[in-house]
Amino acid sequence: MAFYRSHVLVCVDPECLAKGAHDIIDALQDEFVAQGLINEIQVLETSRIGKCSEGPEMMVYPEGVHYHGMSVDDIPYLVEEHFLKGRIVERFQEVIKPLVDEELGPLRPKEVRVVLRNCGEIDPNNIEDYLAIDGYQALGKALLEMTPEKVIEEVTNSGLRGRGGAGFPAGKKWALTRQVQGSPKYMVCNADEGDPGAFMNRRVLEGDPHSVIEGMIIGAYAVGASYGYIYCRAEYPLAVETLRIAITQAREFGLLGSNIFGTDFSFDLEVRVGAGAFVCGEETALMASIMGKRGEPSPRPPFPSVKGVWGKPTNNNNVETYSNIPQIITKGAAWYSSMGTERSKGTKTFAVGGNVTNPGLIEVPMGITLREIIFEVAGGIKDGKQFKAVQTGGPMGGCLTETHLDLPLDYEALTQAGSMMGSGGLVVIDENSCMVDIARFFMDFTQAESCGKCTPCRVGTRRILEMLQKICDGRGEDGDIEKLEALCYEVSRNSLCGLGQGAPNPVISTLKHFRHEYEAHIYEKRCPAKVCRPLIRFEVQAETCTGCTVCARNCPVHAISGERRQTHIIDEKACIHCGVCVQVCNFNAIHVLS
Amino acid sequence: MSELAIKQDVTAIVQAAIEKHGRNREALIPILSEINHAFGHIPGNAFREVQKQIHNPGEQTYIAESQLYALASFYDMLSTKPRGRHVIKFCENAPCHVVGGKAIWNALQERLNLANGETTPDFKWTLVTTSCLGLCSVGPVLLVDDDIYGNVTPEQIPDILKNYE
Repeated sequence: MAFYRSHVLVCVDPECLAKGAHDIIDALQDEFVAQGLINEIQVLETSRIGKCSEGPEMMVYPEGVHYHGMSVDDIPYLVEEHFLKGRIVERFQEVIKPLVDEELGPLRPKEVRVVLRNCGEIDPNNIEDYLAIDGYQALGKALLEMTPEKVIEEVTNSGLRGRGGAGFPAGKKWALTRQVQGSPKYMVCNADEGDPGAFMNRRVLEGDPHSVIEGMIIGAYAVGASYGYIYCRAEYPLAVETLRIAITQAREFGLLGSNIFGTDFSFDLEVRVGAGAFVCGEETALMASIMGKRGEPSPRPPFPSVKGVWGKPTNNNNVETYSNIPQIITKGAAWYSSMGTERSKGTKTFAVGGNVTNPGLIEVPMGITLREIIFEVAGGIKDGKQFKAVQTGGPMGGCLTETHLDLPLDYEALTQAGSMMGSGGLVVIDENSCMVDIARFFMDFTQAESCGKCTPCRVGTRRILEMLQKICDGRGEDGDIEKLEALCYEVSRNSLCGLGQGAPNPVISTLKHFRHEYEAHIYEKRCPAKVCRPLIRFEVQAETCTGCTVCARNCPVHAISGERRQTHIIDEKACIHCGVCVQVCNFNAIHVLS
Repeated sequence: MSELAIKQDVTAIVQAAIEKHGRNREALIPILSEINHAFGHIPGNAFREVQKQIHNPGEQTYIAESQLYALASFYDMLSTKPRGRHVIKFCENAPCHVVGGKAIWNALQERLNLANGETTPDFKWTLVTTSCLGLCSVGPVLLVDDDIYGNVTPEQIPDILKNYE
């Protein structure tokens, strides 16, 4: 084989061709002949070096220098400088601008990126970017070197658990689906990330769609499935678009379709888009929606592994679960299980939101504490306020307090503390929030999203909401807390699916950890955080009021009176507790009392 | 648009949607989504039209109008009521709520004199709340048609609305 000291790759995509890529190649060849370099340097045609807009584009290896925008007349100079004298011609050199990912940003302290490693690093719309970083190698390894049983064993040994929130061991689920007789079998990817405040899956789908697709194909091989659906919510239009492009490209490269890698394994895949129903994130509801029905859950068992889409065995995993798979296959179970705690391995992505200095997406090893996440990774509480609570696990999770901050994070620890891992939303709440109001807020959400199929959830969530509203309005009475507790118990015990079963969690956890706030609302008609409007009043402090009249002029109901340079007075009866006066006062002279 | 024109439109759009997505049960949500996208809502006669066009005695495909309506009433993104030219979707979820979402929501309601789900009499605006858009790191977030506004303050509301005719 001939040895070349250098390779020149010229892009021959349509746009570069239109800008004379072939002429450039000819000119290069001529010049290499003229300079006697033709046996040392090889010119090759390739595609997609850059964006082609500055074409013709070329890459010179081994230096890895990217040139663009030269004309035929520039070639003799370029050849002389670069290939004879070894000097890079800066005039034509493409300056590489790093991709900026505003959501993700640079690695934060304590972060370990496994699932998010490619986000912002590769072009999600170009499969070659993914292939260039060893993408689809895991698929090759699985299909060509491993039996399905071996794949399942590897995933089982890695300790990977369902990242949708429930934490069912992924390998075990695959083994179950594999065992069940029935054909065809289906793969489903749950990309219906509906939890408010959770957007980890969106980021993966938009930034690294092929890792999810590759994980699904490997899973399909392991369980014996021939077709798959990615059910993505319609609120994520970019993710849907990115997935469709990725699937088309994977098909073009023979990574989806018949006889993948020349084996007798065939698998194809499509994206299904939701239409705005939170409950469709529940797996049985999701499958009903795929089949064109109302997304209402059905009782389990039978589990999807036995009877899923079209009544056939179906393996259902979350986006994050699938996107972990390729690396587990490539790097091995031991590598993956070296991260995390005894019972929860690997990393977990979280979307940290609420009152923190640096909200956003993070990925941390399991076993990290909430304190580390909130105060080190997310930069602590915003504006120097006091930490009060953190809601984990989304609207069906629970509020945890200061005392839980040092728990090592894993599935069991969170459940024991009265919350759950959930999909990974973390809403940090500071001292200015009322916990009864927060519970009411979450209840408002689950009540609206209840599909209405089963009575405990449909009626129960509404009654809980009404009771919370009553307490926030200052109409709470003795015995309400006990009634609330009893009702929460019934709803969580008797509801059909995870939505109803989890709906009372925010109430139960706030009742447990912030009972004094409920009691203050009910017995003292007072909102300690000064949030619930009917329970607060505003008072002008005579010592600090300068009589500037700003509050009086801004009050929407003209409830404030007073002469210029005289202390103003708020008419309690007319005041609607909107708080505008507090916001506009430049002297901090209006205090909220409760 | 005259009633006749709407009727012809419905027929054509339903036909195009069925051609694109097929006539299987699983195609119903995509078909309804397309109709909703074309009209901003699903007109009453569209249900009949879908039912009629899908009905195929030879292949034994039959979908009742009520089944279609059941789908449309279940999914939030399918509307059976006419909507305004511009739909404002406000995220009312916890992450936006704790960073001042409530004030934005109040400002929107006051400015447009609309409650959740209502449309102005001139059919310019419809105001609805939306499920979480996953843009929590820039909350509070609102969407006007397909335009996203993040880190919104109440003072910005008039300026944002001014962008739309």
